[in-house]
Amino acid sequence: MNLVLKIWRQSGPSDSGRMVKYHVKDVSPDMSFLEMLDVLNERLILEGDDPVAFDHDCREGICGMCGMVINGVAHGEQVATTTCQLHMRHFEDGATITIEPWRAAPFPVVKDLVVDRSAFDRIIQAGGFVSVPAGSAPDAHSIPVRKEDADSAFDAATCIGCGACVAACPNGSASLFTAAKITHLSLLPQGQPERLSRAKAMVEQMDAEGFGGCTNTGECTAVCPKGIPLDTIAQMNSDYLKAAK
Amino acid sequence: MTATIERGAATEPVASAAPPPRKVRFLTSSNGKKVVMAVTGAVMVLFLVGHMVGNLKIFIGKDSFNEYAHALRTLLEPIAPYRTLLTLVEIVLVVSVGLHIWAAVSLSRQARRARPVKYVARKKSQASGYTTHIMRWGGVTIALFVVWHLLDLTFGVVNPKGTNSLPADRMIAGFDPSRWWVTIIYVVAVVMVGLHLRHGIWSMFQTVGRGTARLRPVAALVSAVLVIGFLAPPLAITFGVVK
Repeated sequence: MNLVLKIWRQSGPSDSGRMVKYHVKDVSPDMSFLEMLDVLNERLILEGDDPVAFDHDCREGICGMCGMVINGVAHGEQVATTTCQLHMRHFEDGATITIEPWRAAPFPVVKDLVVDRSAFDRIIQAGGFVSVPAGSAPDAHSIPVRKEDADSAFDAATCIGCGACVAACPNGSASLFTAAKITHLSLLPQGQPERLSRAKAMVEQMDAEGFGGCTNTGECTAVCPKGIPLDTIAQMNSDYLKAAK
Repeated sequence: MTATIERGAATEPVASAAPPPRKVRFLTSSNGKKVVMAVTGAVMVLFLVGHMVGNLKIFIGKDSFNEYAHALRTLLEPIAPYRTLLTLVEIVLVVSVGLHIWAAVSLSRQARRARPVKYVARKKSQASGYTTHIMRWGGVTIALFVVWHLLDLTFGVVNPKGTNSLPADRMIAGFDPSRWWVTIIYVVAVVMVGLHLRHGIWSMFQTVGRGTARLRPVAALVSAVLVIGFLAPPLAITFGVVK
């Protein structure tokens, strides 16, 4: 496969950045999107150019590091996958592919496609934890949890914090991320004592970081590699309202 | 002899790089503004239901419609003066509209600040793009229509029957077949209201923490009923069913 890539190049946080066009030849359809970028980078290094910086770690869809907007869609158009799990066979030979970093004020570009997602860490630091030492896993039935709650909590807990929800949201809102983190604790017994103070602190931190508000467009859940449902946002809103009373 | 090893933390202490967060209070938080949107929206939906039922009285007859309009003004009399209830409703509505617009503008500005650099590739909507296209500009369209609507049927300024006329006469003259373009304005505006409510009603429940995907068809049904109920009288008049 031969491809034309239009990639956002930005040498550092203070650089204004621009789109640069690259031709990549002999790409195997079995390559992942990141492997295709590796091929480009090897050539750039040989030619003495600066390789395209992009975040990646596990390359098996669970770490949440690789994130880029491919042809205007976070993680590309394939549903429920991270960029590393997107394969080149989903693109046509000769296609032009636009690759951009996540765009949001709280996610400043570090270099090229790498953005600083520390804002997510600060939202977690504001309350996304259980203060008491919960110890090792309790015996299966020592604390009964409804099957539905356990399932919903687990669904929410699958959030890998990749930031695609923010990138896709027309408002640059971090609601789906924050809601997933709030929901997975607020549905389980260990999360109850701090349930309301947690929701309040995390929602306020989300605003303080400069993310936008939620307008329930559903763009976030559509691109989420883990398919976190919009219901989690209702859970967050409910807990926040109770805390505000 | 035991060597003492100075052990630092395994990782650098996490310094808070962010400036001390500004105090976010309920009404200044994005969630708080959404609640304002939801509550004021709910008030307006309830008003619309009453307004629609009242409009349908034109099918019973001109007299029924005029009596209903008169009753709205004399309700609670003689305990309270003329137009007490109506004035209260008007105040609640003006406050609701004002707060709804304030919250919408404020949230839109916050959203714009959250994405200073736009995407180069035309951002493809993965969720039908409905909300993004309908809500904000749809809201502006509806606001403009409300101004026209009040000038037409409430104050009679742009109505052929003028200010001093009976409500039913204004309504029937306003949608006369010769003024077909007025009917078209109403059809477009009411459909816009319906599209706005289809997302708005569901969103309202989501904001107060009661939203589930199951409520979406319910919101769509309520919106459809309102659209049909509001369009029936003008269309019936324009096509000569009600004279």
